[in-house]
Amino acid sequence: MGFEGIGASVRRKEDVRFLSGRGNYTDDINRPGQLYAVMRRADRPHATIDGIDTAAASKAPGVVAIFTGADMAKEEIGGLPCGWQIHNKDGSPMAEPPHPVLAVGKVRHVGDPVAVVIAETKQQARDAAELIAIAYTDLPSVSSTTDALAPGAPEVHDGVAGNLCYDWHIGDKAVVDAAFAGAAHVVKLDLVNNRLVPNAMEPRAAIGDYDTSSGDYTLYTTSQNPHVIRLLMGAFVLHIPENKLRVVAPDVGGGFGSKIYHYAEEAIVTWASAKVRRPVKWTADRTESFMSDAHGRDHVSTAEMAVDKDGKFLGLRIVTLANMGAYLSTFAPCVPTYLYATLLAGVYTTPVIYCNVKAVFTNTVPVDAYRGAGRPEATFLLERLVDCIAHDTGLDRVEIRRKNFIPADAFPYQTPVALAYDSGDYQTTLKVALKNADWDGFEARRTAAKARGKLRGIGISTYLEACGIAPSAVVGSLGARAGLYEVANIRVHPTGSVTVFTGTHSHGQGHETTLAQLVCDQLGVPLSQVDVVHGDTAKIPFGMGTYGSRSLAVGGSAMVKAMDKIIAKGKKIAAHLMEAAVEDIEFADNTFKVAGTDKTKSLTDISLAAYVPHNYPIDEIEPGLDETAFYDPKNFTFPGGCHIAEVEIDPETGVTEVINFTAVDDVGRVVNPMIVEGQIQGGVAQGIGQALLESAIYDKQGQLLSGSMMDYTMPRADNLPNFNVSTENTMCTHNPLGSKGCGEVGAIGSPPAIINAVVDALKDYGVRHLDMPATGPKLWSIIQGGQKMAAE
Amino acid sequence: MPQVTLTVNGKQHTVTVEARTLLVELLREKLSLTGTHVGCDTSQCGACVVHVDGVSAKSCTMLALQADGTAVTTIEGLAAADGTLHPMQEMFREHHALQCGFCTPGMVMSAIDLVNSHPQGMTEREIREGLEGNLCRCTGYHNIVKAIAAAQPLMHAK
Repeated sequence: MGFEGIGASVRRKEDVRFLSGRGNYTDDINRPGQLYAVMRRADRPHATIDGIDTAAASKAPGVVAIFTGADMAKEEIGGLPCGWQIHNKDGSPMAEPPHPVLAVGKVRHVGDPVAVVIAETKQQARDAAELIAIAYTDLPSVSSTTDALAPGAPEVHDGVAGNLCYDWHIGDKAVVDAAFAGAAHVVKLDLVNNRLVPNAMEPRAAIGDYDTSSGDYTLYTTSQNPHVIRLLMGAFVLHIPENKLRVVAPDVGGGFGSKIYHYAEEAIVTWASAKVRRPVKWTADRTESFMSDAHGRDHVSTAEMAVDKDGKFLGLRIVTLANMGAYLSTFAPCVPTYLYATLLAGVYTTPVIYCNVKAVFTNTVPVDAYRGAGRPEATFLLERLVDCIAHDTGLDRVEIRRKNFIPADAFPYQTPVALAYDSGDYQTTLKVALKNADWDGFEARRTAAKARGKLRGIGISTYLEACGIAPSAVVGSLGARAGLYEVANIRVHPTGSVTVFTGTHSHGQGHETTLAQLVCDQLGVPLSQVDVVHGDTAKIPFGMGTYGSRSLAVGGSAMVKAMDKIIAKGKKIAAHLMEAAVEDIEFADNTFKVAGTDKTKSLTDISLAAYVPHNYPIDEIEPGLDETAFYDPKNFTFPGGCHIAEVEIDPETGVTEVINFTAVDDVGRVVNPMIVEGQIQGGVAQGIGQALLESAIYDKQGQLLSGSMMDYTMPRADNLPNFNVSTENTMCTHNPLGSKGCGEVGAIGSPPAIINAVVDALKDYGVRHLDMPATGPKLWSIIQGGQKMAAE
Repeated sequence: MPQVTLTVNGKQHTVTVEARTLLVELLREKLSLTGTHVGCDTSQCGACVVHVDGVSAKSCTMLALQADGTAVTTIEGLAAADGTLHPMQEMFREHHALQCGFCTPGMVMSAIDLVNSHPQGMTEREIREGLEGNLCRCTGYHNIVKAIAAAQPLMHAK
């Protein structure tokens, strides 16, 4: 075999299956006797439900059952739980209104499910759902983040005064205010982080399958974390003990956060399957995805930096409004607090920081973590603010960054907002990115573009993020209601092949390859003899799943710990077989060796002995070679780097073309460079989408205007450039792999680089800041206005 | 209910469908060819692209009845009988042009038609513009474009 261990760009084990149409996604699964569920959803943002008439629908062909919120309430089905509790400034807990699985009494956003029709075919269920007559009394609604707290705004929940979910803060305001008092410059910026729809290409789907003989439930679902779904749905919603509930997340077609959460449809099909005693399948139409998948971002902020006369940052003060939507999704409250405000030091030595976050309810789809989650919002705010500081003070935007970087010799570095960074080298990623992007040669390219009638700009973003989210004790103290460790079971089979059972979940990340490479590396087993199993609570001991770029840093580390146990046990067996002391046994390259001799046993010799223990130290150790480890990290990991975007705007249309995009990231130890580059490219594409194209827009009446792929602009191949992606890595100091994570860096670092480039391109038009997305019409208006101003 | 007779991946089928049944529903639900995916409901994403009489078509936007008498090729019908991948499949693998795999069948079917319909070859820009009808949320398209560029000479050499 060629080199297949850590550092090899081996081609993916999962690809032939996906390329031949043999993937096994949830909607590809059909259970014997399966029925189909279709949701009848609210078509209005806020109304009381005065009556639901299902008589005609019940008589429609093929209909087996119709259920409403009242039917579920009768059986004391719980509401969808929230997994994170934030406390207000005064120490009181956040407002946590109930989130019924099917609406009870009121609907609170367009798309809120009101009833479910279960029929023999999907078409019959869809036809019957249209026959349900719902009598509503419309209520005034609020959809915009800024309107939610206005005096007299319509209230989304009875008992949540003024739509305020929480009013939270971090930092010492008096100390920060004092830093502002003596500052040479105070630079202020108001900005919006636009609301996004994640739009993984596979729409959500779920199949509930109740076994009438055993009383066991199986849920097949499009989830990034099947054990979390089992825990939340079993314990809080349907009251099914873990031993009677299996959750399978098979091949999943992308997630980006949107498939972390426990959704109503999962509980509905599981519960309904037992009611009708047949399997029940639900698959979202894309239109349903738009109005029921958790959205992302949606912050409105004011940021101010106090700066001394030389450009050193003295203090940062921020007020942010964060939209939670109509209900609290699983992790929603932690996004604008512990994933956002704790990141506001960024890569800078800003000594004091204060941030106040008010989270609000609106009559919109719940908002939760979407690729980056809180960290893109913090990064966009900081990196735009730094460019505004350069704009307002006349200092160079690269110099100002260099001057304020945390130096490479300052780690571990305690920020004023809770996080302690373990490693990084921001000067190096900056230096390499400037070189790779030919920053110094830009002005000539700008001049050349001008000769062609184009406005060319260049923008930079130097950033970091906190991922590999953990440790459990810390997140627990911050309000998490779950631990954030990870689990691996390594099973060495009798003939030496290996199956890895991981609690992480692959939905595009390539774990079947990357995690297998860890086994090649540590145990010396060829890749062809290693399989990775994920996504099934019946097979895997436990797991917290995949999000927050945690799979390798946390899940991979759990594998290393489990393999350490395999090697330790193998040494005992080898010592017995070779009649040596355990301390004298060395393991490398699939081989146990008595140190200083030529006596060796292969891993296969040892595994065979472990499963056929005829000559075996049976009084000391058990047969078998199968070990499990739970790994709870000591800290977050802190990837970071530098992104540089170069754009050209056509003044005739206002359309921005990204000409070059350079990313130099520090992601710690890289296992498969090909996969890491792919992850960064994909993240950057989503960041460019946010910066230039995407925006979820509600009108004043609470209707989602951008509710289909014809209205919501997804990045297409011709909207994007080739990416110049590379890494300059420092090692994470506290996990055994040294890996930091690469899944989110692209989406975190890129949006401010793009907007900084667009603002730079428009510098002759008096533009200091632009909110995303920088669409053609928006820029065209600025350019036309500017020309008019110039003419006047 | 009406009947449709069509050839799928070389095999003839006669299937009873509702008049409103879409080609993709026939493929997925009646013939269990679940490699063809449905990613949207507005004919935007291209996850459902198959070849109908050798030309790419969005099977979510075509009635099963319209496919009567045609020869349809799906992603399942691309590889040789011995499992040898089509050059486009092989280049997608080689260049890491897929992540979650959901858009991949439609992307590969579109890419093959794109290359077939440009015997003179395509520039990178032309490939990007040719992929206008297919969405991918994972890759940022960089490696998809590379894979198609690499597949061009292999396909034209045949």
